[in-house]
Amino acid sequence: MTVSMAGALNKALADALDADPTVLVFGEDVGPLGGVFRVTDGLAARFGDRRVFDTPLAESGIVGTAIGMAMNGLRPVVEMQFDAFAYPAFEQITSHLAKLRNRTRGAVSLPVVIRVPYGGGIGGVEHHCDSSEAYYTHTPGLRVVTPGTPDDAYRLLRAAIDSPDPVIFLEPKRRYWSKGPLTDESLAFDRAVVRRPGADVTLIAYGPMVATALETAEAAEEEGWDVEVVDLRSLAPFDDDTVCASVVKTGRAVVVHEASGFGGYGAEVVARVTERCFHHLHAPVLRVTGFDIPYPPPKLEEFHLPGVDRILDTIGRLQWDDEVVAARRG
Amino acid sequence: MTRTQAPRSSPSRTSPSHLLPTEEPLALLRPDGTPVEGSPLVMPADDVLVELYRRMVVGRRFDTQATALTRQGRLAVYPSSRGQEACEIAPVLALRPDDWLFPTYRDSVALVSRGIDPAQTLTLLQGGWHLGYDPYEHRVGPQCTPLATNTLHAVGFAHAARLKGEDTAALVLLGDGATSEGDTHEALNFAGVWQAPVVFLVQNNGYAISVPLDKQTAAPTLAHKGIGYGVPSVLVDGNDAAAVYAVVRDALRTGGPTLIEALTYRIEAHTNADDATRYRTSDEVAAWLARDPVDRLSAYLTARGLLDERTKDDVAREAETFAAAVRAALNVDVEPDPADLFEHVYATMPAHLRAQAEFLREESA
Repeated sequence: MTVSMAGALNKALADALDADPTVLVFGEDVGPLGGVFRVTDGLAARFGDRRVFDTPLAESGIVGTAIGMAMNGLRPVVEMQFDAFAYPAFEQITSHLAKLRNRTRGAVSLPVVIRVPYGGGIGGVEHHCDSSEAYYTHTPGLRVVTPGTPDDAYRLLRAAIDSPDPVIFLEPKRRYWSKGPLTDESLAFDRAVVRRPGADVTLIAYGPMVATALETAEAAEEEGWDVEVVDLRSLAPFDDDTVCASVVKTGRAVVVHEASGFGGYGAEVVARVTERCFHHLHAPVLRVTGFDIPYPPPKLEEFHLPGVDRILDTIGRLQWDDEVVAARRG
Repeated sequence: MTRTQAPRSSPSRTSPSHLLPTEEPLALLRPDGTPVEGSPLVMPADDVLVELYRRMVVGRRFDTQATALTRQGRLAVYPSSRGQEACEIAPVLALRPDDWLFPTYRDSVALVSRGIDPAQTLTLLQGGWHLGYDPYEHRVGPQCTPLATNTLHAVGFAHAARLKGEDTAALVLLGDGATSEGDTHEALNFAGVWQAPVVFLVQNNGYAISVPLDKQTAAPTLAHKGIGYGVPSVLVDGNDAAAVYAVVRDALRTGGPTLIEALTYRIEAHTNADDATRYRTSDEVAAWLARDPVDRLSAYLTARGLLDERTKDDVAREAETFAAAVRAALNVDVEPDPADLFEHVYATMPAHLRAQAEFLREESA
């Protein structure tokens, strides 16, 4: 069965609503409209407006009431519609959603999922294209995940809804329409996955950049580099084991993300890899990120977003043995 | 409910007047304890009034004890609610067993009155942990330090009860300053749209730390803020325990939202770290001392023959015993366990926290 990522997410929500009567889906426009990206299409008709419903346009209200509902035994799955529109809910997310389990020594469990369509590449105007993962991953108590494929989108969202901990579920909106197979494989919730095996260099990517990293790996073959692609899937907690096993094997690593580099999520990845794999590295771990600018207008975003060429150039700076590479190129 | 409903005719569009508070605060007792003639409120039963008195006396003694413990360094900070006892005690007594309370940092007296062990109530302020009690055991949400965020938790909780078919209401406490925060407005709006069974009780004590009400709002009263959200509003004398009990009890039984503004006064400073003489006069404090909620109810009960000197002595002794127990509990040095740092961040401890816990264990060995 081949589905789009949006379709996979829709199926995950439907299956979760079907499986557990305490699951609720709410937010702005998620009801009869089916969400601005149609991720909730048909759910209100199928499950009724006590399970799937529109709310007032107020993000803090959506998250704050979700916290109260979760305290009262329900499992809310809420939508923030766009990345930068989630910021009014920041206090509820960081001060309460992330901390209530800890503050109450485990008495209060908040199984809340916040779906955030994030990232650029869709020609959106300002406030519609932020990559906000670093704000959330910096907050202990939150799980932050992002799928790179439709199959992962389905399985990660089901796992997120089942999770007893609050989950920030970042949906790479420019991949909503990319298609792929749905499998029956089980998924360990906090595990990265090797998307493509390779021997020479590890590309560490997540969300919207997974597809770009795989494309880069194909192109890199012609350059004589055998690229392994690791899809993090879970940004927090971080899967050191899978990432380090790959880097120990390849001896080189590049981290790729759309968000600005300074103080960004990639810096954490580089630090962790360097701390754990230093003696296996042939070169410094490098980053390919968006520039340190506010997200640009649509006509300029192609210059900002990391693409195959920029990643290939960066791989080229990893202190290669030219003779070995030349031989590989044939 | 169906998806193809006719456009809802909002009652607020046709008759907003029923949402408005009365011009004068509702009351049952005058400041001298004599009954108000013709009050629309129903006087609570005699045993309820005596219980209100008893709990207010014990609550005030608890408050002064906690303030003293702060001076002795036993508490990191204590926000006193002295003078606000009617707003702390009466709503708690009005709650039905299944109802939930969502308090703020200033509402320790309300928590004690809800039956929470005083040492557990003070755990947050003592610095032992961020919360000392189990919310589910007492049906009390965690004391909220950021302003107004608890209003949304209460609305969500109450709406969930409605969705589950349970007859549970939520009472959320907030101060005058919190009515300026965005979350209060979002909560009132959600509560109005959902008709959630939630009661917002604003304890208007005149100041948000040092900022007086006239710098907080241009609204005629804080209760007027309900009308914009379709939430019926009540203005009540917050130093009249009988009246606060009556309006909260009625509001909890409407099945929908109510905004109550209770006019009261904080006799002490914001916290022990605050100097209230910098922003208010002793004349003002004296005027409010003359409106004391405990004295008012005491005078009424005495005049009615419901409270004699012996009962007053008994209650005073009970308050002293309670305070002694609080002192004893708080004077015990408890060695914190560093391992607690890593517990309950997630349902299951992730690898990086296991590693950090192990690191700290070795470091402190």
